[in-house]
Amino acid sequence: MARNLVTATINGDEVEFTCSTEQTLLDVLREDLHMMGTKNGCGSGDCGACTVILNGRPVNACLVLGVELDGANIETIEGMAKGNELHPLQQKFLDHAALQCGICTPGILLMAKALLEKNPDPTESEVRFGLAGNLCRCTGYDKIVRAVLDAAVEMRASKS
Amino acid sequence: MNNKDSAGTNFKWVGKRTRRPDGPDKVTGRARYGDDMIVPGMLHAKILRSPHAHAKILSIDTSKARAFKGVKAVVTSADIPDHPLTKPPYGPIITDFHDISCNVLAREKVLYDGHAIAGVAATSERIARAAIKLIEVEYEVLPHVLDPLEASKPDAPVLHDHQYTHGVDPEPEKPSNVFRVVTGGRGDVEKGFAGADIIVEREFSSQPVHQGYIEPQACIATASEDDSVELWTTTQGHFVIRAFCARLLNMDMARIRVTASEIGGGFGGKNNIYAEPVAIRLSQMTGRPVRMVMSRSEVFRATGPASGTHTRIRMGAKKDGTITAAEVDIYNQAGAFKGSPVGRSIETFFSAYTIENIRASGYDVCVNRPKVAAYRAPGAPMAAFAAEGTINELASRLGMDAVDIRMKNAVREGDQSLSGIKYGQIGLLDVLEKVKSHEHYSAPLGPNQGRGFALGYWMHGGGLSSVSANLLDDGTIAVATGNPDIGGSRSSMRVMAAEELGIDIEMIKPIVADTGSMGYSHLTAGSRTTFATGMAVINAVREIIDKLRALAAKKWEIPVEEITWEAGQAETGRDGIKALSLKELAGMATKMGGPIAGHSEINAGGAGAAFSAQLVDVEVDPETGFVSPKRYTVFQDVGRAISPDYVEGQIQGGAVQGIGWALNEEYVYDDQARLQNTGFLDYRMPVASDVPMIDAVLIEVPNPNHPYGVRGVGEPPIISAPAAVANAVENAIGITMSSLPLSPPKVLNAIEQGQAEKD
Ligand code: FES
Ligand code: FES
Repeated sequence: MARNLVTATINGDEVEFTCSTEQTLLDVLREDLHMMGTKNGCGSGDCGACTVILNGRPVNACLVLGVELDGANIETIEGMAKGNELHPLQQKFLDHAALQCGICTPGILLMAKALLEKNPDPTESEVRFGLAGNLCRCTGYDKIVRAVLDAAVEMRASKS
Repeated sequence: MNNKDSAGTNFKWVGKRTRRPDGPDKVTGRARYGDDMIVPGMLHAKILRSPHAHAKILSIDTSKARAFKGVKAVVTSADIPDHPLTKPPYGPIITDFHDISCNVLAREKVLYDGHAIAGVAATSERIARAAIKLIEVEYEVLPHVLDPLEASKPDAPVLHDHQYTHGVDPEPEKPSNVFRVVTGGRGDVEKGFAGADIIVEREFSSQPVHQGYIEPQACIATASEDDSVELWTTTQGHFVIRAFCARLLNMDMARIRVTASEIGGGFGGKNNIYAEPVAIRLSQMTGRPVRMVMSRSEVFRATGPASGTHTRIRMGAKKDGTITAAEVDIYNQAGAFKGSPVGRSIETFFSAYTIENIRASGYDVCVNRPKVAAYRAPGAPMAAFAAEGTINELASRLGMDAVDIRMKNAVREGDQSLSGIKYGQIGLLDVLEKVKSHEHYSAPLGPNQGRGFALGYWMHGGGLSSVSANLLDDGTIAVATGNPDIGGSRSSMRVMAAEELGIDIEMIKPIVADTGSMGYSHLTAGSRTTFATGMAVINAVREIIDKLRALAAKKWEIPVEEITWEAGQAETGRDGIKALSLKELAGMATKMGGPIAGHSEINAGGAGAAFSAQLVDVEVDPETGFVSPKRYTVFQDVGRAISPDYVEGQIQGGAVQGIGWALNEEYVYDDQARLQNTGFLDYRMPVASDVPMIDAVLIEVPNPNHPYGVRGVGEPPIISAPAAVANAVENAIGITMSSLPLSPPKVLNAIEQGQAEKD
């Protein structure tokens, strides 16, 4: 099968890869680049486990084709911590016990990051609607929502 | 144990909010789940599934698939051993290897849409997917049946010609979809009803619901020429997977070594084998590792949901609220093979109450759907839906408060569950009192809102657990258990070990070990892990403490009896002897006798009963019938919350699963019994914007059978949720609701009918 050469920036690094026309960004990340932090819960855009940030916007990696990515800028969970310093959202998820099995966590963290970048001071309801595309079957969302709200407070404080 | 007071104020770690040991790997994407493993040289496998709900397989021709470029092997049921049917007497849980074999790969018949027929291993998943389409199967399509009541009728299409209903008199002459009838009871039901001032009789139905774990099933099998196999899989119990695979494939157990991946949710749905034996056979045939990952639609079509049910119930009470009699018949869908949790349903209906006269019968009914699997408190939520709904109606017809009627009939220490288990120290009254005194109970409601209440009962399990704890030279301790960590158990194990030793939790590293390195451990299921495996951790750590005391005795040359273990160090009352810390002792151990370890292999009993009561406010949109939960409070006797964060998390997650069960989730089949909603878009689980915060009120009535009072927490919170939500809807619209899910069309229809009756 013919493969296309694609050059993209992933977590700040320029990455060159080849992919076939049917491969999604999720396939490229997991199968070819072995970046397993982006999860596959459905492959059809319904669970949010594969959420990554593409050119500043959150997307379901399972709905984006690999060949569309030439020149793109992609942020995945592997790039969220800076070195070994966790992002405030990651810290707050640990503090608030906002994960149980953790399979939804990478996607939810990236969605929350994108949400707070757009809306640094969201209400509970805005957080809930912002995360409505990310399924979590374990937590009932309570601690996730609290963690995001608390991270927002901290991130606002550290900016001002 | 070091003198723990029952109020828990003396604990250093128990009951504290600490970060979990596996947290950093999970927030950074480093944790490896079932689908995150790559083995060099591996092949990719896919499974061909039946498009028919019920059909005879006339022939399977795999020749074209085998000839396809990149295909390395094809398996069908001919490559998997068959086994004889299990014979009576039947236990409460039936593990029948004939059924398992037929479910793993269909033999003479396919029994549901999605039933596995053949497996293909190829050099890529794309090739495997293409190759399964080349397998030619000839079917003779048979009539199907989906509903348990329909399936119980004498003229229903029969799934298994060999199945005659067990437990009925006279013995049946014709095969039936009803595998067995399980009964329970006490007293004299007729007399009980004769003494009632009021009798409520109702029918309830509930739909099958899926566990909905976000991580699909995935495994990698690596077979070797010496007949050994390494299996990587996402499971709630790798020791059980090993036992099942060995038995099914007639292999030596010790030759199969199973490593449990991190698990992305299970809720009972990952207690079984599906693709694992197929992957093992394909690996044996090819001599290469074989990876098998289910798609989401395969998960919905072919893995087990909870039973759908139909219940007829009748309860009678005196004017003062004393319930005098109860009788119930429940039809539980087993799916394609026998084994729905009827016994648990029966146990759940009335065991929270002191009703003197009870008769309960449960029908285990095969239908053309995937075989049911456990789902959080299997059999209980649907039973509670009927029993609690009926009690709520009794209360309202008697003009009684919903909590008061339960208090009037509540079980206390010394009373018995329906199956005759005598209650020890239980917290039911404490839970009910807490509900009444809580502000939510009497808070005002807005327009179109209603408040619901229900109670749930669960008898926890204990069982087999093994633990191995190793003290290292630097004083840190590796604690290995055989239980996959599904919701924070490593955190609880670490807390209990540190509490016993009196050391910092960071000095303890908990891990989940593979089946080659540990004694048998049963599933992470039934809320047993913190209770049973926790007990084994405590035993193992105590063995270490004893060995450290002996080491100190040797060092000080005094009798070991004089040495106590306090706050992480060996002490003696003698003047002039300075206490030795864990670290100091660890450093001298290897030079003074050898490494120090503790281990424990137990069958833990006495987990005891737990109760969860729920208050929920919903708002019903009168225009659309859409129900929105606005406020939710769960009151639960948790025994002792070792890690309160994860106890609350279990409660919140269980309640929200119950909300989904009550309001949205159901399977949609077409007229050919093909499943239509095989994805999360149409199988609508609650999302963040569907639910409010879930307040968890923890009531701690310690379980006397556990060193720290643990009872288990995961199952109870789902049990009362569907009943509580339905009750809230009833109170909002003033109409009784007896059929789940309470989806908008159903609620709207009820509102309109109620309106029409008024007009
Ligand atoms: S895997 Fe992409 S949304 Fe589910
Ligand atoms: S923590 Fe398990 S799905 Fe969210």
